[in-house]
Amino acid sequence: MIKGNFIDNLPKVYGIYTGGFLAFIIIMAIAEQMGMSAKAIGICFVAFTVAIYAIIGYLSRTAQADAYYVAGRQVPTVFNGMATAADWMSGASFVAMAGGIYFKGYGYMALLVGWTGGYVLVASLLAPYLRKFGCYTVPDFIGTRYGGNLARLLAVIVLTVASFTYVTAQINATGTIASVALDIPFQYAVYVGLISILLCSMLGGMRGVTWTQVAQYIVLIIAYLLPVFWISNKMGAGFFPHFMLADEVSRIAELEAQFGFVKNSAENLKEVPKGLAGITKAHSAVNATPWAFISLALAMMMGTASLPHVMMRYFTTPSVKAARKSVGWSLFFIFLLYSSAPMLATLSKLSLIDPSLPTGIIGKSIAEVQAIDWYQNWNQANLMFVSDFNGNGTLELNEFFMGGKAVVLATPEIAGLPYVISGLVAAGGMAAAMSTADGLILAIANALSHDLYYKIIDPKAETAKRLVVARVLLVVIGFAGATIAAMEIQGILGSVIWAFDFAMSGLFFPLVLGVWWKRANREGAIAGMALGLISGAGYLIWVRNGGSGFLGITQLTFGIFGSAVSLVAMVVVSLITAEPNAATQKMVDEVRVPSGKSILGKQH
Amino acid sequence: MSKQAQHWEKTRGLLMVTLAIWFVFSIGIFLFGAEMNEVTGPFGYPLTYWFTCQGSLGIFVILIFWFANRQEKIDEEFGFSERGDD
Repeated sequence: MIKGNFIDNLPKVYGIYTGGFLAFIIIMAIAEQMGMSAKAIGICFVAFTVAIYAIIGYLSRTAQADAYYVAGRQVPTVFNGMATAADWMSGASFVAMAGGIYFKGYGYMALLVGWTGGYVLVASLLAPYLRKFGCYTVPDFIGTRYGGNLARLLAVIVLTVASFTYVTAQINATGTIASVALDIPFQYAVYVGLISILLCSMLGGMRGVTWTQVAQYIVLIIAYLLPVFWISNKMGAGFFPHFMLADEVSRIAELEAQFGFVKNSAENLKEVPKGLAGITKAHSAVNATPWAFISLALAMMMGTASLPHVMMRYFTTPSVKAARKSVGWSLFFIFLLYSSAPMLATLSKLSLIDPSLPTGIIGKSIAEVQAIDWYQNWNQANLMFVSDFNGNGTLELNEFFMGGKAVVLATPEIAGLPYVISGLVAAGGMAAAMSTADGLILAIANALSHDLYYKIIDPKAETAKRLVVARVLLVVIGFAGATIAAMEIQGILGSVIWAFDFAMSGLFFPLVLGVWWKRANREGAIAGMALGLISGAGYLIWVRNGGSGFLGITQLTFGIFGSAVSLVAMVVVSLITAEPNAATQKMVDEVRVPSGKSILGKQH
Repeated sequence: MSKQAQHWEKTRGLLMVTLAIWFVFSIGIFLFGAEMNEVTGPFGYPLTYWFTCQGSLGIFVILIFWFANRQEKIDEEFGFSERGDD
């Protein structure tokens, strides 16, 4: 069912799937009208979608190395674009991005620009060349281009550090959603999330992950766009919010000027539950310095181009040409969600703060707000809080607090949408977190099984044995990630941004110069990776322990320092050591030509 | 100059143009974020705000497709395009 024919029938297969999912939403909506409980709807949404992913994962099982590592290199451009978009958009993008925009405004928008602009670097500097190379993993490229086990090993280390930082956050997110939707304690929900993730990837490797990610993208994009359009129409803000919210944006600016941003005393803020924030920054005004904005955007762009779980998606296309186009499609599908997040933030904020709207709570009496149903629900979930700091009995802008996740999770309810939408949003968040976790776990497990085990430890291993090792590693890494996630040591978004900084510190220049600078050699690459990672990590530890930092580089942008060290080290060391041998130079020449055989064979 | 060297020179030229456009819309304009936001942009949004919500993001999408097409033309010109399609 999955071979040959399946590829030709992709539009039909996923068309039926999308229709089926829409029908499922309608059935749930009818069931809600007939009195199905909110809890049962939530369970149905999460259980139904996860079951579908598991079936796809099972149907995609394989015993071939190239199907397991690169999905047989036959994924068409548009579908690879969807899979990459799901791979890329994490639980944090889905649940926390609109909240970040809502609270931090312009300073946070640097992430949107960075997380999209990075794809220009992927398309022009790296993806087509790495596809031509024919590698299975990112360290495979480093190891072959520069030669030697040490370079390969360092690439595996950087990849593992960056991806592992990222994956615990994703498993954490699946756990959070599973625990809310299925009503079980978080410590167990994390493992329910993990098992769902492994069902998608264990039997089919990259092939299984590819086809589940496409399915997950469809769920997550419907779950994000449907509420945005619905809320916008219901509020009368415009039937196509992206082009029609200018009045709403200027109305928010007007209200901000009217209310003013009153600063709360430290004593008052002590009352506010941890993790909640008030509106303290302008919505559409420029509230960050140029360097603060640009440095964050730049770090995210270079990080995007260095993250192995994204890069390896372009190893699955049928040709070099297809790899380039596929990057464009990836960004298009990402754009659909990213351009909607600011619209959701605008609608959410206006509906809460505008006294002339029925949903507006600012200016109402505190007692009145505390009596609203949705306020009570979300207050109980620890995502909303009001307090009468100035004792005048009326809610002021500075007396209203909300959690970042509430923008996506609570806005449908505030706008009066049926509960079925909240169930849909839970399924979407689950899809977003699962697809990213799958890509990351697979990236780590493949690097360890292919590069560490097969290429360094046991080059004579049989394919069957290699794939057993790959699967065992997948499970081990998954459980390690889940165990750390269950300890709940770090917030979701902080660790996601660190992953970008780690990746760019160690891998950006060794990858780019490997293609674009023939003179780059093994010694240079080793110095670049090792010193880049060490200096980046050192800077992070220094700033976290009260260091002042320099040049405005913060713990969110430490990769700028790490990659600068990496560049200097790599160029200097390359130039003072011997140039690469003739065979390596010829290999680089061949990588630069799109046609002809790939450098590494089909089975390697 | 060999065919391959000429091909690479053109490819490098395209890279420079692509990166220049990328630089303008990811970094360049945000040097003047505060000033630009005074101007009303497309659909009536403040201009810098519009760039961060839609403008830069959309331009990146178009830029990648444009780049991919140009690179294909260069590959065809030197006979390096691959057989079969996607």
